[in-house]
Amino acid sequence: MRLKLLLCLFLIGMQLHAQEYFPKNDGVKTSRTGTTIFTNAKIHVKPGEIIENAMFAIKDGKISAIGKNINIPANSQTIDLTGKEVYPSFIDLYSTFGIKKPKEAEGSDQPQYKAGREGYYWNDHIRPDTKALSYFSYDKKLAENMQKAGFGVVNTHQADGIIRGNGMLIALSPDATEGDRILKERSAQYLSFDKSVKSRQSYPTSTMGAMALIRQAYYDAKWYAKGKSKNKDLALEAINNNKNLLQIFAVDNLLDELRADKIGDEFGIQYAILGSGFEFERVEEIKKTGATFILPLNFPDAYDVEDPYLAKEVSLAEMKRWNQAPANLKILAENEVPFILTTKGLETTEKDFRKNLLKAVEYGLDKEIALAALTTTPAKLIGEENRLGNLQEGAWANFIITSGDFFDKETTLYENWVQGRRAVLEDMNTTNIKGDYDLVVDGKTYKVKISGEPAKPKAEVKLGEMKIGSKLSFSNNWINLLLSSPDTTKAEFIRLISKVPKKTDKISGKAILANGSESTFTAVKKAEETSEAKKDKKNQKTETPEIVSVSYPNVAYGFDKLPEAENILFRNATVWTNGEEGILKNTDVLVKNGKISRIGNNINAGNAREIDATGKHLTSGIIDEHSHIAASAINEAGHNSSAEVTMEDVIDPTDINIYRNLAGGVTTIQLLHGSANPIGGRSAILRLKWGAAAEEMLLKDAPKFIKFALGENVKQSNWGSRSRFPQTRMGVEQVFTDYFTRAREYEAKKTSADARKDLEMETISEILKMERFVTAHSYVQSEINMLMKVAENFDFHINTFTHILEGYKVADKMKEHGAGGSTFSDWWAYKYEVNDAIPFNASLMHKVGITTAINSDDAEMSRRLNQEAAKSIKYGGVSEEEAWKFITLNPAKLLHIDNRVGSIKTGKDADLVLWSDNPLSVYAKAEKTLIQGAVYFDLQRDKELRKVISKQRNNLITQMLKAKNDGVKTQPVSKEKEQHIHCGTLEAIH
Amino acid sequence: MKLKYITLLALFSFAANTLAQQTPAPKQSDAVTIVGATAHLGNGEVIENSLIIFENAKITQVMDAGETKMQYRGEIIEAQGKHVYPGFIAANSTLGLVEVDAVRATDDEDEIGEMLPHIRSIIAYNTESKLVESMRPNGVLMGQIVPRGSRISGTSSVVQFDAWNWEDAVIKENDAIHLNWPNSFSRGRWWADEDSVIKANEEYQKEVREITEFFNSAKAYLNGDQEIAHLPYQAMKPVFENKKSVFVHVDGEKEILDVIQFMKEQALGKLTIVGGYQALKLAETLKKNNISVLTNRPHNTPDKDDDDYDYPYKLAAQLHQAGVLVGIQSAGRMERMNTRNLPFYAGTAVAHGLEKEEALKLITSNVAQILGIDEVAGTLEKGKDATLFISEGDALDMRGNIIERAFIQGRDISLETHQTELYQRYSNKYKEKKAK
Repeated sequence: MRLKLLLCLFLIGMQLHAQEYFPKNDGVKTSRTGTTIFTNAKIHVKPGEIIENAMFAIKDGKISAIGKNINIPANSQTIDLTGKEVYPSFIDLYSTFGIKKPKEAEGSDQPQYKAGREGYYWNDHIRPDTKALSYFSYDKKLAENMQKAGFGVVNTHQADGIIRGNGMLIALSPDATEGDRILKERSAQYLSFDKSVKSRQSYPTSTMGAMALIRQAYYDAKWYAKGKSKNKDLALEAINNNKNLLQIFAVDNLLDELRADKIGDEFGIQYAILGSGFEFERVEEIKKTGATFILPLNFPDAYDVEDPYLAKEVSLAEMKRWNQAPANLKILAENEVPFILTTKGLETTEKDFRKNLLKAVEYGLDKEIALAALTTTPAKLIGEENRLGNLQEGAWANFIITSGDFFDKETTLYENWVQGRRAVLEDMNTTNIKGDYDLVVDGKTYKVKISGEPAKPKAEVKLGEMKIGSKLSFSNNWINLLLSSPDTTKAEFIRLISKVPKKTDKISGKAILANGSESTFTAVKKAEETSEAKKDKKNQKTETPEIVSVSYPNVAYGFDKLPEAENILFRNATVWTNGEEGILKNTDVLVKNGKISRIGNNINAGNAREIDATGKHLTSGIIDEHSHIAASAINEAGHNSSAEVTMEDVIDPTDINIYRNLAGGVTTIQLLHGSANPIGGRSAILRLKWGAAAEEMLLKDAPKFIKFALGENVKQSNWGSRSRFPQTRMGVEQVFTDYFTRAREYEAKKTSADARKDLEMETISEILKMERFVTAHSYVQSEINMLMKVAENFDFHINTFTHILEGYKVADKMKEHGAGGSTFSDWWAYKYEVNDAIPFNASLMHKVGITTAINSDDAEMSRRLNQEAAKSIKYGGVSEEEAWKFITLNPAKLLHIDNRVGSIKTGKDADLVLWSDNPLSVYAKAEKTLIQGAVYFDLQRDKELRKVISKQRNNLITQMLKAKNDGVKTQPVSKEKEQHIHCGTLEAIH
Repeated sequence: MKLKYITLLALFSFAANTLAQQTPAPKQSDAVTIVGATAHLGNGEVIENSLIIFENAKITQVMDAGETKMQYRGEIIEAQGKHVYPGFIAANSTLGLVEVDAVRATDDEDEIGEMLPHIRSIIAYNTESKLVESMRPNGVLMGQIVPRGSRISGTSSVVQFDAWNWEDAVIKENDAIHLNWPNSFSRGRWWADEDSVIKANEEYQKEVREITEFFNSAKAYLNGDQEIAHLPYQAMKPVFENKKSVFVHVDGEKEILDVIQFMKEQALGKLTIVGGYQALKLAETLKKNNISVLTNRPHNTPDKDDDDYDYPYKLAAQLHQAGVLVGIQSAGRMERMNTRNLPFYAGTAVAHGLEKEEALKLITSNVAQILGIDEVAGTLEKGKDATLFISEGDALDMRGNIIERAFIQGRDISLETHQTELYQRYSNKYKEKKAK
């Protein structure tokens, strides 16, 4: 029988702590007045402050005195802690302890666009008015488990919605009442990017929508505080009320951590951020946030890779994360990133928390920092540094008693006191009976080896060389050993029982022999292992697995070190200038300081690296005017206008398609919002700097753009409930007219005292003022013409029609209007509105004089846009030189960045591609792709990387197999598969 | 009711908008002689200054023009500096089965049910499809029309792309059944709110067993008196007689090994793997077992993040170099309209390691062999159908693939399409505008 873990509560010289004015009907009224003294302990007053052989007193749930020597009042009793250590109990600031699970809104096949709560904000997912106490009921079982892990205090809240309302600070003291346990009723406000399950309101459907919503809510709260609102809004009032609390932002991935912090920066709020555990992948950006991170200890399990076919499905990125994640805390500590720890995400807190924490220590996390992350740092963060997280006089008597160093594997947690109330985790008077014994019973001498944790010892028994079946129970210092007969043909047993003294080398007691007769036994302990031998063992154990180095991004084909701008001389290339010079043969191009420095013949290389480009072609980098790679979200589909959202918020720099695009010679993209709404979201113009952080990829001082969309997608022709306006092209026109009219009115009233800042209207005003350009997803001639007319009515023009598959039908009108066209080379027939799409579209628009580009809208096609451009030669006879401009200079013009990129011209950015052949040929391969003079893709490096990837995979698979062999828990292979984007699915409406 | 009405209306307006399709060319009456072109025979050979004669639908001469004094016959086409190719063949295609992806009423590619060898693509093949005619200006002149979906999706047929109706289009009727092999992984259906993860498919063994059971039951049935009609089993008869091929759509290495085992158990004489993403590692085994592969189109992104960026580009090339009989097919997203890019798929194989004439086989002679139409198609050889075209330049490259004339079974076909007509119309609009 396994020793049963008892968690019992004792009353040591104090009575139930009842509120003094509460009636009492179960006995006489008592009060706790006594003092308890703890002596002879090694006390960790707080991390870094240890008093050896010291004592402390607790009274009324608080530490009343602490030191080498303290006054002992008469009415006190003493607990001797000789050989034991005392630590402050731990604090978890991210908890949903005792909170009722939010009730999910009932389903319906009709989308809900309006808010469902009266008297609150226009969006149901803003719930700052939520109060943890309203949903709270003390969870005894969980409290016990948390205490076993060492926790004494948690900050709990209802994890539901985008702004989630406030949490409360709860002491885990089981025999108290709510009134006692609540340390702070309103402590911290929680936020996330996830919608409330209590409402089905559609908006927002994306992270960028959630980000825009938080910003808008903050602006609205400010405006509301000035008393400008005509209506009551309890949610906005709550935002204002919660303003001074700690703000905790909960996310579940690294990119969202940085996104949350970005919002905070905009509003002067420093969030504490619930992290993902993968912060080491971007430690520099993480450090720059200045945030304190709340970090989980749920390291990824090893994948079960025994089946090599299954193993193939695990990506290098996933394997690396498994290998690296336990070192996360160490790396953060070394980089001085402040963090605290949480039990969130652990399957069984009582088992996994300490195990994983010790693993982090094994991987190099400093113990003192680890302890601070559980005590002083969270206490300070929640503004309770005087009462929590330390054992100074006046602090809550929240502490744990251990058998030794908390971070030693062999250490047992004996007791966890919270508010002066004792929870016994293991009997601390349990004698440590570990050791090798000579057992004499019934005239035979057995060898007995007892090992394991003191409270849960295991026995191995041998008679001579023969192993004897045995079963050991040990509880309350009573030992119970069952031995089977050496004669295995007989089912006979000897039973030994004895109460073990506190400190002894000899155990003796009663033996009941197989025949039932009673006898005695003695077991004498042999000499203990020398401390030297112990040390040796320890050294062996602390061997940590080899940690694979972090790459940028931390996936296959990432850089160990980010590329830097080089000075390079391309010697003797065929140079496609895109300028008046046309295509120059046998020409040198010198790149210096990220710019094109010289174009000519026999240029002196100087200190530049010389690349022989004989027989090769050098072009400017490809620019994809319409891309959806490198994004965590594409559509905010909750409203028919989403001008308030921006793709800049949701860049995903880890997307492998960035690398693949570089391998196809693409250097710049316009990351566009999808086409779910007539007025979509703002664009991001990115340089494909593989390995850089999201913010670094953004083209500096880029012109502003927004996506519009027309036709089938915005009408929701091929999906949707048919309940959202507009359902026809007639309605689409009115959506634009309506929003432009409102934006005009907004702009007129903007300076008035009552003005409310509206992010959507701000953006649309920019369009009207021609400060933001429009890229309009469009197909048929009627709608193209309509949008031009609407724009003209509001005195601006549409910058670019994208897709524009019937552009050839209204090219004359587009030319007059001043719009450019960015189209597919040959796509058609995927929906009804592309019936008349023709591959001659680009050449026809070009011939009429429209700035024409060919784009991809697709992660596959974008890697061979050179071939798509070449199709204009086949379809419509465009010259090679002009066709090449369709994917370089012309999209640069459409994006108003042709002063920087798009051609090979002295002074322009060195965004260059070296091709093995004529770049318009199907046989051409990009050999080198440069952005601002730095080589981001190199065919040779790619070759070497393949070997590295294969080696790393093999190394990690071996490590995982070993882990499985060692009995470490593994997880079945299951891999996130990127969604296949196609028309007719919401996330994919391009 | 309302829905039906709208659908009907949509259908009606669709029909009304449609311009007339190209009229099929009349039967070849006079011989045609093409002189001076570079002839790419499709079997790896090139004749620089060639002489090609065809009459009565068949090729009668292919030779070096410089080495013969043969009399030119019929219409003489001077093609110096130009290139002649055998018509490209689109294997595993759904052309003519769907017109507009998003318009369900135009979709006839996927029948309900599981084991459907009796479902025949040929009767739904729409010769008037605007997509089919758009293949021809790129040199794609024949195709294998394949039903989709289900475990056994149905029976395909091979057609040529210039016909009045499906019956006239047939090159080989009921050429193969198509078996979609189960995946040992399953993917969460994200649209059904499941996690989009790949995990081991616990049903895999069961699904494989169901296929075996179906084949075994069909065999047993066919060995009996067949008193009660069983259409699916009857449709299997030619399979067991080796008159209908088995095309297995499968990508994974493990699954391909299981397919080979299945082929042996069922004593199938000939088998083709369609897809074969991970077939490269098994090239030797495939070769040994006489299994051919129709690879996925190269214009795909790699399956996994760790894969070589050019993996799909080079797969067909490497399988070919390893000695496997391999062709390229074009299934996938937007596959019908994209099938006209078939020549560029072969061109991609050149960029990634193959000689041009070898790459040409991947869409001509190899495919003809795989489809079992190599007696009439796939190469420029005496006795074969005169299904060929003349291109201004290298037809595997977008810049050179400019087709001047094309013949299907000797018939001088139109290279106009719905799209070229619109092009002409609007080119004229702007010309007239300028003139004014």
